[in-house]
Order: sequence, then C-alpha cells, then structure tokens
Amino acid sequence: MKRIVPIGPYHPLQEEPEFFKLIVEGEKVVDLEINIGYNHRGHEFIAQKMTYDQIPFLVERICGICSDSHPYAYVMAVEDAARIEVPPRGQYIRTIIGELERIHSHYLWVGLAGHFIGYNTVWMWVWRYREPLLDIFELIMGNRNHYAINKVGGARRDILPEHYEKIEKYLDLVEEKTTMFTKAVLDDPVIHARLENVGILSKEDAIAYGVLGPTARGSGYAIDVRKDDPYDAYDKVDWDMIVFEEGDIFAKAKVRLLECYESIKIVRQCLRDMPDGPIEARVDEIPPGEGIGRHEAPRGEVFHYVRSDGSNMPARHKIRAPSYMNIPSNVVAVKGYSIADAALVLAAVDPCYCCTERTVVFEDGKKKFTGNDLLRLSRQKTEKLRRRYGR
Amino acid sequence: MSVVRVLFSYLIFPGFVFTAVVGLFLTWIDRKVTARIHWRVGPPWYQPYADFLKLLLKETIIPEGSSKILFLMGPILGLVAMSIFAVMVFSMNLNPEGTFVGDLIVMVYLLAIPPLGLMIGGSASKNPLASVGVSREMTQYFAYELPFLITIAAIILKAGGSVRFGDIIMAQQANGPFLYSISGVIGAIVILLSTQAKLGFVPFDIPEAEQEIMAGPYIEYSGVALAMFRVVRAMMLFLLPLFLISVLWGGFSSWWVILKFLLIVVLIILIKNTNPRIRIDQSLRFFWLGIGVLSVIGLVLAVYGL
Repeated sequence: MKRIVPIGPYHPLQEEPEFFKLIVEGEKVVDLEINIGYNHRGHEFIAQKMTYDQIPFLVERICGICSDSHPYAYVMAVEDAARIEVPPRGQYIRTIIGELERIHSHYLWVGLAGHFIGYNTVWMWVWRYREPLLDIFELIMGNRNHYAINKVGGARRDILPEHYEKIEKYLDLVEEKTTMFTKAVLDDPVIHARLENVGILSKEDAIAYGVLGPTARGSGYAIDVRKDDPYDAYDKVDWDMIVFEEGDIFAKAKVRLLECYESIKIVRQCLRDMPDGPIEARVDEIPPGEGIGRHEAPRGEVFHYVRSDGSNMPARHKIRAPSYMNIPSNVVAVKGYSIADAALVLAAVDPCYCCTERTVVFEDGKKKFTGNDLLRLSRQKTEKLRRRYGR
Repeated sequence: MSVVRVLFSYLIFPGFVFTAVVGLFLTWIDRKVTARIHWRVGPPWYQPYADFLKLLLKETIIPEGSSKILFLMGPILGLVAMSIFAVMVFSMNLNPEGTFVGDLIVMVYLLAIPPLGLMIGGSASKNPLASVGVSREMTQYFAYELPFLITIAAIILKAGGSVRFGDIIMAQQANGPFLYSISGVIGAIVILLSTQAKLGFVPFDIPEAEQEIMAGPYIEYSGVALAMFRVVRAMMLFLLPLFLISVLWGGFSSWWVILKFLLIVVLIILIKNTNPRIRIDQSLRFFWLGIGVLSVIGLVLAVYGL
C-alpha cells in the first residue's frame, strides 16, 4: 500500500519552506515529489530596478549562510562585463572571506547533520566552534552575517594587519577542532552504520542531474570552479580538491570535513602572501555588454549573469544557485531507503531553500503560467493593493 | 488495611503524586546535564513543573474521525500502570516478606503497558507519521523485550527459582547483590540498555524520532493528554533504575541506594548524549543478535551459578 509521508510545506528542522512528498510502502521510500516556490521574492526582477552598486546588498540577502557567494559571483559578472581589473590586494581579501565563509558553512552543515541523526552533542559542539568565526567576521566587516565585503572593482573593507593574528589564531583552533570532529566521525561505529551506503548518488546520476559542489565531489565527479576556472587568488595558492568515489552520505560528510582543511590552507597562504596596494579599482561606468561570474560557494557553483545596456542598472540579471541543481538529485538518491534515511538523504546535499525559490506553477504536468501571465497577475495585485489603500 | 490507606498509597505516596514529582525533577536533571554537556546553560529546576502546568491549561485537541476513547485511553493506561508499579516497587522493597507469588511477572506486565498505551493512542490518532511511529514502537518493543525477559529468567534462577519479588530482594540481602557476579554484570548491561529503549532515549528514540517522523505517536497529542504522556515518561525515568537496583543491586538495603540510583541515571543520560540515533532494523539486530546472545550467555552462566 502506498502512502504519503509529508516533509513540509514548512520543514520541521531546517525551518524553511519546501515540500517533499515521500511516497512510501511501509517504511521504504519508493518515490519522491519535490515542490518548491512557497516564498519567491523576485530578486532578479528587483535587481533590474537597482543600480550596480546597490545590487550586492540585495543579492547578499538571497541566503544568510552563503551571503558572500552571491555578491562575489555578481561583482565578478559585472567586472567581466566592464573588463575591470581588480587590484591584487582586493582579490586576496575576497578570497580570504570566501574561504572563511566555506569553513563556517561546512561547520553549520556538520552540526545540522549531527542534529538530523539525533546526535545533538555534535550539533552543539560544532556550532560552538563556529561562533568565534562569526566574531572574526564582525571584527573585520562589522557584521556577523551579510558581510558586505564585495564591491564592483574590489573589496569594500581592508583586512587590517592587526587582524591577521586573530585570524591565524582562529585557524589554529579550527584546525585542531576539525581534526577532533573528523576523528569522532570516522571512529564512531554508530555514525558509520547510519551514514555508510545510504543515499548513494552514482557518478552517472551526478553528471546527469548536473549536481555541484560537495554533492558532486562526494560522488566522484571532480568539479570545482576554483580549480576549473580559477579567479582572484585561487590560482596563486596551493590546495587540493577533495573527491570521494562512494557517493553516500558518509562521503559527502568526509568531503565537507576535509575541505575545511583546504580552506584553512588557502587562508593561511593568502595571509602570508597578501600584497600591499589599493583594495579596489575605480569604476566609472559599465559599458553595454554582458558578463558572467562563477564562484564556488560552499554548496557548489553560484552563477550570475549580467547584461548591461550602458545605463546604471542591469538590463538583465540572472542567478543560478547550486541548491537548485542539487535538490532534484534527491529523487534518485532517496529511492529504496527507509523514512529514517530519507530525512538524512534530503539534508545531505546541504540544501538552501531560499536560493532555490522559483515561481513555477504546474498543473497536470504542464506549466500553468508563462512569464507574461505572471507579470500581468503581479500588476493586477499591485493595482488592487493600491486601490485598497487609496494610493 | 483501610481503604483510605490503599488510596493514599496509590495516589500520593509512593504512587502517582510522589513518583510524578520526583520523576519530573529527574527530567530536569536530564535536561540540565544534557545542557552542560552541550555547553549550554539549561533550564531552572522548576521548568518541568512549569511545562506540566502549562500543558494542563492547554486545550486537548482530538483529531477528527478518530476514536475518542482509544485516543485518550493511551496516556491513562500508562499512568495507571506506572502508579501501580511504583507502589509495588516501594512496598516490596520496604517489606520483602509481605509479597505474593508471581508478583515479578505482574511487574513485567505492568512495564509493558506504557508502550501498549502509546501504540493504542498513536494508532487512534489517524496520522500517517503516527502510524509509522507505532509500527516502529511495536518492532522496538519486541526487540528489547526478548533479552529483557531472558535476563529476568536468569535473575529468577539466581534467586533459587522463585518468582516472588520479595525472595529476590531477600536472597540479595542474605548473599550480597547479584550484580557482583559475571551473569549479574551481563544482566545489568542488558537491563540498562532495555531501560534506555523503554524510556525512548537516544540511541533508541526511533519511535518518536523528531527529525524523521516528528514525534511519531505523540504527534496529535496536546494539552492534558500530552502532559500525561510526559508524566508517564518521567515516572519511568524514576522507576526503571529503581527496578534495576531492586533486582540486581541489593534493593533498598541502605541509604547508598540514592547514590546507586543517581549513578544509573547519569549513566543513562551519558549514553543518550554520546550516541546518534540508530535505524529500526539496526535496533532489532542489535537487541536480538547482540544483546540477545549476551543475555543467553548470562542465563547459562546463571544456571551454573556464576
């Protein structure tokens, strides 16, 4: 007998709007339906009504966890369109913040993974050591989240020499603790029993679904923008891509834990080699043209496309977030496992639902509204609101 | 014995009220120790009582189309069973001669009633997640009950083949606790792990896994009914370690019993906080193949008097 076990429309653990319909027979999951689009905010459209300098603040708020990745990719897209050369110091600063963000995001995932398998001690301990990193962000940029470090043409704030020592000290701490957590995960027989050979995503499926980031690298699909198409300081530092072949949750966990070491390595080298000089280039105007920006966010490649018509606002801004590619792969990864495993498998891709929101309405397998329909509906609603409040 | 005394012993001491108050305090110890392990501060001592009172004041919602009687019977069954169990544990420990033959079997049955009540209530609530939880609860019950019963059999053997609870306590008072032998240690491990499962603590909180099936059988419960379930849990946290002490660690022979009791409770909390949740099939395999074999070894050793 087939039944539906719902996870959503409001995820009980990740506290974000999504809807996974697990179609189960007994405890076994036979199929999965994914519904998204509960909280669409129309960032791309809003971006076309803003000036180039305002947009980083907007795209930063797409996601609270990778709040460096979206503006990073966006400024690179604009720099690509306008052929702007970023000064070396600005490049290094942006790389450092990008890698520190990766550490805090992976720590967040490891903690959540602990919570998902009912190991709340791991959750609390990991998040405890994530906390000092947020303090460092506050020290450098004034905000614990939404750092606002990226700017078209460079970085907004300099990392002062007196902050180097604090970052180094934190890196030592995080290296020690990552070793502790890695050992704890690799040695615990119960964690092995829960995570090994669960939610296997084969390399073929990984390529077919176009998954990105640690999800792809855990399935043996070696893809990383930092290596494939190096930007900023990534080709000036020495680091390794972490790839595991197994494709199960355990491999994804290992990828994320070991990537923390690589991030530590990158930040250390950047701090050592940090050149002097200006942190930003002067940008006068954005000529007509188009550009793309790709940044390896903690969850995979973030892709931004910007088309300029010579005005101070982009004519088109397109965003593709990695979770949008990763979440559909759950359909193959979750089949055949139990409900107990399903909760883990769905979380193993490190989903970011706020990046994934799109307005698409399907009825009987067909798109219900086209883009123009949506525009018309939206205008009607605005008109209605205007009349109601008499403006 | 007058009716008033009987009522007093079932309702006030050592029955419902006393066990519930101490049990809720133990849940505070559980929460506080867990919080300290997590580097958190933890709640103040009156938090469980405040939670309980708050739940009493809330509306009890009964899902549409479900059987009202069965839905509300779930928590009441567990509450009644645990109140009787409390009276039996205390009166028999304080007065080992005054027990009847076969009371140990009654106690084992009484311990089976709270999970039964949970299954009845969960199935009555007409929720897919609750039914998944109930099926897990059932599997888990069969998983931990088998080694538990084998160990009880070993204990009966050690007490000279008597199924009287009083005889077990008296045998320990005469010849020292059963724990100080190989089969006794094995029995203690088995009963401790079964206790963990009976309490629904990690790694055996599979039936109500909040991250997977959102509290499972409890999902539709609210208000007074949920408060009753909470109290049943708290009472079990108090009574199950006492049961372990009674059958293996010499009963209430001296004030040391408080230290022994706290030691067992802290051990349970530590197991809870240093393990992830396992899957239901892994739990079944663990209890039947791992712990089951261990309990049989204990039984064989008990036959040879080790």
